[in-house]
Amino acid sequence: MKIPAMKALAAAGLIALANLAPAAAGTNMRAAAKLTEAECSACHMAFPAPFLPARSWKTIMNTLDNHFGEDASLDEASRAQIEAYLTANAADTGGNRQWMLRGVGENEYILRITEMPWWVREHSHEVSQRAWARAGSKSNCLACHRSAGRGGYDDD
Amino acid sequence: MKGNFRKLALVGALAALAGWPAAAGDTSARQLIAQFAAQAHTQPSVARGKALFMGRHTGGKPETPSCTTCHTQNLRATGHTRAGKAIEPMALSANPSRFTDSAKVAKWFRRNCKSVLGRECTAGEKADILAWLSSL
Repeated sequence: MKIPAMKALAAAGLIALANLAPAAAGTNMRAAAKLTEAECSACHMAFPAPFLPARSWKTIMNTLDNHFGEDASLDEASRAQIEAYLTANAADTGGNRQWMLRGVGENEYILRITEMPWWVREHSHEVSQRAWARAGSKSNCLACHRSAGRGGYDDD
Repeated sequence: MKGNFRKLALVGALAALAGWPAAAGDTSARQLIAQFAAQAHTQPSVARGKALFMGRHTGGKPETPSCTTCHTQNLRATGHTRAGKAIEPMALSANPSRFTDSAKVAKWFRRNCKSVLGRECTAGEKADILAWLSSL
């Protein structure tokens, strides 16, 4: 198995474990995970929390009125719950994904997963123009990673 | 005491099942149109709704100049979010479950009017749009 594939497998396992990460005070993490899935996936796949550092999620969840060119605002209770879930399970917190943080400056606020160095590394060589065309958008993980919605990216 | 607890548990379970307080199926297009029109003191207009929905606007975000950016001009067909996810048809005739959840309607009017127009829609505009989507 190639190293990236092994990493992806490890990633899939960690995503499954992310639900068990310590909860922020007063947040029911299981309910928050469900809410995150439901709200984010109204427009796009609910991307796994460990794909970004906590500071990125915090910024995203506090700028929903301009979310990559759209208003994705939420009621405050839902917004706070989703922020708590994402920041508790991010690459640098409960998600504990050190290899996904490589190349990211401590004060760097990357908001697009597709601009994270780990994402660029994983997709730079083996993805054909045809595959990109079929996916349509870089945010369409499911076009190639059939089980991405269930946390699996080990099909590259 | 035990009886009370049982009753309370039953009410709680039913409320959870129904998604209380704002349940899907708590309203209809007809009811919403009447409510918005009454609030605005206007008659709902299919023509105004169509013009607003199909038109291009400049007040909102450049990525979404029109409702049709995502919903397309064929409201009986499936639309697509900018991230590529399918949006069920907006025309009531093609999708009878549309406009039956007041919280959902309020949420998407708020978001999408701000995205396309740069402001919330007025009650009159909401009545017009729902009248147009119900007429298709």
